Amino acid sequence: MATIKKLLTLSALLLAALSAQADTFVFTAIPDEDESRLQQRFNKVADYMAQQLGVEVQYIPVKSYAAAITAFRNNQVQLAWFGGLSGVQARRLVPGSEAIAQGYEDQFFKTYFIAHHSTGLQPLTTLTDELRGKTFTFGSKGSTSGRLMPEFYLREQFQAAPQDIFARVGFSGDHSRTIAQVQAGAYQVGAVNYTVWENELAAGNVDPQKVSVIWETPTYPDYQWTIRGDVDARFGAGFKDKVRDMLLNMNDKDLLASFPRQSFVPAGNSDYQPIENTAREIGLID
Amino acid sequence: MRSNPLSTGRRLLWLSLGLLLSALLCLPFADLAVYPSEPWQELGRIALGLVTPWWDDPRILASALGQTVAFALLAVVISVPAGLLLAMFWHWRPLRMLAASLRAVHEIFWGLLFMQLWGLSATTGLLAILIPYTGVFAKVFAEIFARQSPAPAQTLAGTTGRLSRYAYTLIPQALAEISHYVRYRFECALRSSAILGFIGLPTLGFHLETAFKQGDYSNAAALLWLFFLLIASIRFWLRPRLIPLYVLLALLLLPDTPPVPQGLMWQFISQDIWPRALTDGDIVAAAAWYAGVFSREAWPALIETLLLTQLALVLTGMIALLVYPLASRALVGRGRIAGRVLLLVMRSTPEMIFAFILLLLFGPSGLPAVLALALHNGGLIAFLLAGHSEQQAQRVDDPGGVNRYLYLHTPRLYPGFLAFLFYRWEVILRESAIMGILGIATLGFYIDSAFEEIRYDKAFFLILVTAALNIMVDSVSRRLRRYSGAENSGGLG
Repeated sequence: MATIKKLLTLSALLLAALSAQADTFVFTAIPDEDESRLQQRFNKVADYMAQQLGVEVQYIPVKSYAAAITAFRNNQVQLAWFGGLSGVQARRLVPGSEAIAQGYEDQFFKTYFIAHHSTGLQPLTTLTDELRGKTFTFGSKGSTSGRLMPEFYLREQFQAAPQDIFARVGFSGDHSRTIAQVQAGAYQVGAVNYTVWENELAAGNVDPQKVSVIWETPTYPDYQWTIRGDVDARFGAGFKDKVRDMLLNMNDKDLLASFPRQSFVPAGNSDYQPIENTAREIGLID
Repeated sequence: MRSNPLSTGRRLLWLSLGLLLSALLCLPFADLAVYPSEPWQELGRIALGLVTPWWDDPRILASALGQTVAFALLAVVISVPAGLLLAMFWHWRPLRMLAASLRAVHEIFWGLLFMQLWGLSATTGLLAILIPYTGVFAKVFAEIFARQSPAPAQTLAGTTGRLSRYAYTLIPQALAEISHYVRYRFECALRSSAILGFIGLPTLGFHLETAFKQGDYSNAAALLWLFFLLIASIRFWLRPRLIPLYVLLALLLLPDTPPVPQGLMWQFISQDIWPRALTDGDIVAAAAWYAGVFSREAWPALIETLLLTQLALVLTGMIALLVYPLASRALVGRGRIAGRVLLLVMRSTPEMIFAFILLLLFGPSGLPAVLALALHNGGLIAFLLAGHSEQQAQRVDDPGGVNRYLYLHTPRLYPGFLAFLFYRWEVILRESAIMGILGIATLGFYIDSAFEEIRYDKAFFLILVTAALNIMVDSVSRRLRRYSGAENSGGLG
């Protein structure tokens, strides 16, 4: 065992030596669609930030909300573009952290319920018993629009857990996958982020003969920029305000397309109280 | 066991029938519904993507490829000596249990655990591979040692230390077998390394998951083909003499490890992975918490996991036996090229991709999961069987064709085949973890959910339950292998 330990320490030391670096402002972001070339696309955003903030800025790509939250908690990133739920989770773990801006679209976000044509489901004004016994897929487990809000409205309407309403409940892991799976009829019904649906429809990736929207949730707040509370101490007084201004003034279409949002608008922690309440209600947080 | 009155053949027969029966008994309880779907449009796009692989920036590909090899190589280089060391003390039961627990946890979950401390870094990726691999090497090396003749060791003085005894007798005796196994295991490590990209490490899986998720099947195909080529070409570039050079390159290639924030490690070990009630000292509430998680999630998931595993195991065996002759020169001659490509694809395609395609075909249930696991593991066992089939001694009066397969090769390979199937038992158990997209609540499904909900206390407990299950399966499979006499067949480790 001692040998293993020595080897481990040795390799850890070696790697640590290779990674010594100056104080860099680090951020992460997972867009709700098109995760290809994250590094290239967000390096441009990092360049813009560096120029506006006057510090070195680095972008770290992550694969999941959970990974983004961990990096934020461990101070491996100081700023993150979170979903509604992941932002709430992150701010609970890092006292003093703050939501400083949200996407314009995120003020009134919503989820579409989509269904395969073979179900015969027509657009509904409320969720009805017709949905019972169908197969159903959420998006990723930690997604606000793909999991939290649809589950909340399902529970509210049916007074039951999704597993008791549907014959099967899956987690596709991603909005594009949800659309593909419902379109193929692999799942009969699914819950999907409305912007992803609109964009895929516009891009011709959706066959309206096969899959269509049957219900939409009321609106709720979603993605936001959250920053750690200790950035002023580390990067100088007023740094947080500088970051907020930098985000609100980002108007280069090319940069905004990476998120994809038309602009960023001010936001605060209290805007996300409804999300926190919902998450608590369905038992996703204690 | 030695006094067992049944002949080896009989025992193998009973064992096989027993396995088959266990699967048949699971069948009515397993959830294998088929839902009608219209998959052809999407499957057509996947097929089109496969034949039109495309990638525009070769630098990204090269870097992902390099990282994939770097993680795998360093992890194996470290875990082989570690495994050897553990194997020398294999008679010590707690050590065997420790090794079984290390193996019990899927690389992805080790990765998720270490990610809490080291983020997406070299340390996370390396530990995620080398920890379970150390457990595997320890077990396999110990079994290889057990098969060696004790005669050379008996010539040593009684006072000779353990280390010398191994260094001068058992290790040299077993060297060929050990290096053969390490070589095979390196291929597995490449696969593990690639799959760690699914949780964010910068290997091939990172881009593969994205491309697949986004429906960019041409991009996904480019990565898959590249990965197949990498696996197929191992024997051309993995030269013992070049390994030190590769290790140096790998060290340079790996991503940085950020310093762990002060106190985080201790907080993680002392707080995060335990329920609040326990850290508050409220033992009763803590016990209630554990009991609740066990009855609500762990127990039903355990049953589901075992059912799926058993079915996948038996199907894996059937597929392996049916497919291996296609890749054996001794059985199909030059036609084996096609068989080899088939087996390469079967064993190297991540199960997630099989599962997705099968989900489109059959709808969400245990069926795609069982099939995906069986295709992958069946391909792997068939690959090993085909290799051994080619090494069989041949006589001029041997029968040819189907008779050679049925009456010569398969019976000779059968004990080894069973031994290998038992090895894969725990692997299948572990891999059934990643089938959350199918809406099947296996243990891994709940572990994944717990990580996603930032509930490390629950994740840690469920990982412990999984480890306990694996220790059980490991001990049963040890017994069965000993009973069947498959243990002494050798070579198929």
